[in-house]
Amino acid sequence: MRQDHLITATQLSRDDIEAVLDRAREVADDPAAYADRHAGRVLALCFFEPSTRTRMSFDSAAKRLGIDTIDMGDVGSSSVSKGESLSDTVRVIEGYADALVLRHPSEGAATLAAEHVSVPVVNAGDGAGQHPSQTLLDLHTIRENHGLDDLTVGIMGDLKYGRTVHSLAAALTEFDANQHFISPESLRLPRSVRFDLHETGAQVREHTDLEDVIDELDVLYVTRIQKERFPDENEYHRVAGEYQIDAETLDDAADDLTVMHPLPRVDEIAPDVDETDHATYFEQAHNGVPVRMALLDTLLENAEAAEGMEVDR
Amino acid sequence: MSEHELRVSKIRDGTVIDHVEGGQALNVLAILGIDGSEGFGVSVGMNVPSDRLGRKDIVKVEERELSQSEVDVLSLIAPEATINIVRDFEVVEKNRVTRPDSVTGVLSCPNRNCITNADEPVDTRFDVVADGVRCDYCSTILRADIADHIDV
Repeated sequence: MRQDHLITATQLSRDDIEAVLDRAREVADDPAAYADRHAGRVLALCFFEPSTRTRMSFDSAAKRLGIDTIDMGDVGSSSVSKGESLSDTVRVIEGYADALVLRHPSEGAATLAAEHVSVPVVNAGDGAGQHPSQTLLDLHTIRENHGLDDLTVGIMGDLKYGRTVHSLAAALTEFDANQHFISPESLRLPRSVRFDLHETGAQVREHTDLEDVIDELDVLYVTRIQKERFPDENEYHRVAGEYQIDAETLDDAADDLTVMHPLPRVDEIAPDVDETDHATYFEQAHNGVPVRMALLDTLLENAEAAEGMEVDR
Repeated sequence: MSEHELRVSKIRDGTVIDHVEGGQALNVLAILGIDGSEGFGVSVGMNVPSDRLGRKDIVKVEERELSQSEVDVLSLIAPEATINIVRDFEVVEKNRVTRPDSVTGVLSCPNRNCITNADEPVDTRFDVVADGVRCDYCSTILRADIADHIDV
């Protein structure tokens, strides 16, 4: 991967993705070989929105590579609460760190940040936009369970506001996957994502009922209907609950169906699914560490190579 | 159109923007930043009969020629427009507009949650796609309602 930043999944080619996933596999097989690989480096964790998994797995990944982390802390206790712009904030933090991981409530925030700094920026979620590092760990999980060829993937839940969905759908087009999108009418994929899928000639179908496709799927990717994304709480209550699964829902599924979820789940997957062989979401969450180690290793290596080129000139 | 049907007079020097889709003339003036305070003559014809468009608008601006960026944005709301440069009452240049690859700093993003609407020091930037424009920051696609988001 010869990228300076990771902003959106649409920037990634199949080769880019496979290079990171190959490295993630090496990391998982022999983590000791990667320990202290980037000793002396500093990673800034800039989370303008709450995060548990993403923040902690980046923190863990960095430390396992020998990287120190600095954390901006909660927005309420930072200079952001004094009205500082994102552009200024990242320009300041650039001076403290060798790379930035950014989560922000506005779509396009990571694109803007990357325009203002010269260190690598990783988009850890921008509003209802993209979440490409999650996609890399999703693909790693799929690859380890099924491989990435001849896949039929169902993606269900909040497809309109779900940034993990937008990134995953884009990346799956690189592998010519058959994609089925299952959601209420009000939470269909946004126009911009459908536009990109159409442009790539992706094989895509949309459904309102999981029963229509459950028996065809290799992977079922369930997402939370996110309450905080709804302007109207009544609408949230109306549609939530229609897209929940339990062990019985999966009776018609293939024996080797992989059920995934970016977590946190609320009610979308009943606890009885955890006891089935389909449940893969905790494995998926654990994969966040080796995949983010591979990603940080790659981006820092690219940045070092770019610095070397500048010196050579 | 024959001479006795002329609704606005010929101009000596300036630009005639012809074959503008009916109803878009005032948006054309907005794009050009013309509100009359500049002091030069401006004539506007709206919903004039047209063989090509059925109804068209026409804008005549005296003592003013258009920059490329103005023509670029114009092309988004008036893709059929022709731009005539007039000197000493004669049309010396006649060009169709062409769609640019992108437009910077002239449209506002309709997505209220886009970072370009968050008081950041940033110019909006839209890529021109098949039948609309697309925000470079949040990917929102803008089609028929482009004129509503002109921010000049």
